[in-house]
Amino acid sequence: MRSRHARERLVGAVLLGFSIVSILTTLGIVGVLLFDSAAFFAEVSPLEFFTGTSWTPLFRPANFGVLPLLAGSLLIAAGAAMVALPIGLAAAIYLSEYAHIRAKRVLKPVLEILAGVPTVVYGYFALTFVTPIIRSIWPSTEIFNAASASIVMGIMIIPMVSSMSEDAMSAVPLSLREAAYALGATRVEVATRTIVPAALSGIIASFILAISRAIGETMIVTIAAGAQPALTLNPLRGVQTMTAYIAQTAQGEAPHGSVEYRTIFAVGLTLFAITLLMNILSGLVLRRFREEYE
Amino acid sequence: MIGRTNAMAMTAVALLVTACGGGERGTDGLSGRVELDGSSTVFPISEAVAEEFSFSASAGVQVTVGQSGTGGGFKRFCTGETDISNASREIKESEIAECAVNGVEYERFAVALDGMAIVVHAENDWVECVTVDELRSIWEPGSAVRNWSDVRPEWPASQMRLYGPGTNSGTFDYFTEAIMGEMAVSRPDYVASEDDNVLVQGVEGDQYSLGYFGYAYYHENQTRLRAVAVDGGSGCVMPTIETINSGEYSPLSRPLFIYVNTASLQRPEVARFVEFYLEQGAELVPQTGYIALPASDYEQGLNRLAELTGG
Repeated sequence: MRSRHARERLVGAVLLGFSIVSILTTLGIVGVLLFDSAAFFAEVSPLEFFTGTSWTPLFRPANFGVLPLLAGSLLIAAGAAMVALPIGLAAAIYLSEYAHIRAKRVLKPVLEILAGVPTVVYGYFALTFVTPIIRSIWPSTEIFNAASASIVMGIMIIPMVSSMSEDAMSAVPLSLREAAYALGATRVEVATRTIVPAALSGIIASFILAISRAIGETMIVTIAAGAQPALTLNPLRGVQTMTAYIAQTAQGEAPHGSVEYRTIFAVGLTLFAITLLMNILSGLVLRRFREEYE
Repeated sequence: MIGRTNAMAMTAVALLVTACGGGERGTDGLSGRVELDGSSTVFPISEAVAEEFSFSASAGVQVTVGQSGTGGGFKRFCTGETDISNASREIKESEIAECAVNGVEYERFAVALDGMAIVVHAENDWVECVTVDELRSIWEPGSAVRNWSDVRPEWPASQMRLYGPGTNSGTFDYFTEAIMGEMAVSRPDYVASEDDNVLVQGVEGDQYSLGYFGYAYYHENQTRLRAVAVDGGSGCVMPTIETINSGEYSPLSRPLFIYVNTASLQRPEVARFVEFYLEQGAELVPQTGYIALPASDYEQGLNRLAELTGG
């Protein structure tokens, strides 16, 4: 009895150790980001960083205004959201309310395959397939442009939206559905007026997580959106996102310890703050709008 | 993206060749591995040499060639990860320091000449020649040039769209130094890519474009776009193999290097590869679209190599 107890405690301790590893990793990352960002902000004023409209740290003369990168990230995430949210939600409604159980069993995993396609494949798909199509419609489109990256990234995050939204809708109790039908509601009415509102917290949370994923995505934008930080809302132009800038500069020749090199951490910290905020927001939404049944 | 696919296919073939070569012993009994990385501009040359090497008596040696860019290559070279670094410029002060910290000593060998080409759309019928001053006014930071007519009034009042290599590229460093007088001084609002094929595609698809990249890529794509003569103060000169070789095409031509870790040179397979590189350079370099150095330069390199290896 005693040895069994000891073994249980040992297993518990080992498992605790593993979970501490991931917590320590996160703390380590935040620590590094803060440390190097502090060094960066000792050289560049936060005012210039957060309000400057020109980002050219690898050129001379160097400018350190992060707004063009922020605008690039937001432009592309907004475009991806425009693709993914309606399609994902519609797919979720279909899967939850319309699809036959057998169709659902096939369709849901197939849709989730989209999430498993390597992002580098999506990137080249955007550059070599989507961009030429856009250019044939609007010839003035630049080779690297925000639109193709947005569209393809939107496709990539569809399963996040559809899967999580579908889970939320399926969790709505059957009694609610039956009550709506009993009142004479049609299928569309049940789906849009009963199920979607009841599952709203899960749906919104899936939206926020998908957008947060879009802001953090790197490969597609590095390949297809260009390397030209531009303060623009024109999706046919090339832009650079925060993630693409980090990838480009980390690969480059900026010497360690230089201010160019430290821009990576300042931009990384900004990115981290944004995605953290969105994840917290999604948690809040889940709690605030949760409809409790039982 | 046809060019890109070709390049990939060629790389795949090259890898296959080395793989087969590695399997069977070469007749000279050498084995082991030689690692190269660095400039994507020098890559085609090193790649061609590596391929030829795998057919030679040294077929037992495995040669891998990466293309992380000149800066990225030195980063690995100066930690001793690679034996040879391809470079489209001389090693920088910061990189020398990095090598010194890690105790990496090296020798530089010039292997070829490269010209940079100023290119425009094939149907551009207004520009024949630009002066270095005009190039500077186009590319300087905060440049007021927006339309072609801002450079010369008789040129079209259409927006000039600029294409060029990204900041990680040795070509960017070289162009900015040659035209602006200082490295990395450039306007940032142009379409930038480390992939020269993307630049070719961009200039080709845009009638009011102007771009610059290595002469080899222009040479490969002559039917798709047009080079412009450059006036460096003594008249307009077109980039050709002759004008680059003679130094007439100035200031946009430059030497290309390989940097060799001298400790690695003590390994016979590395020494043999470098020797092979310098012996075959005169023949292989022109096939890759670059310009071979005068024969005496390769001789000089070989002599220096012999001193280092004590042979």
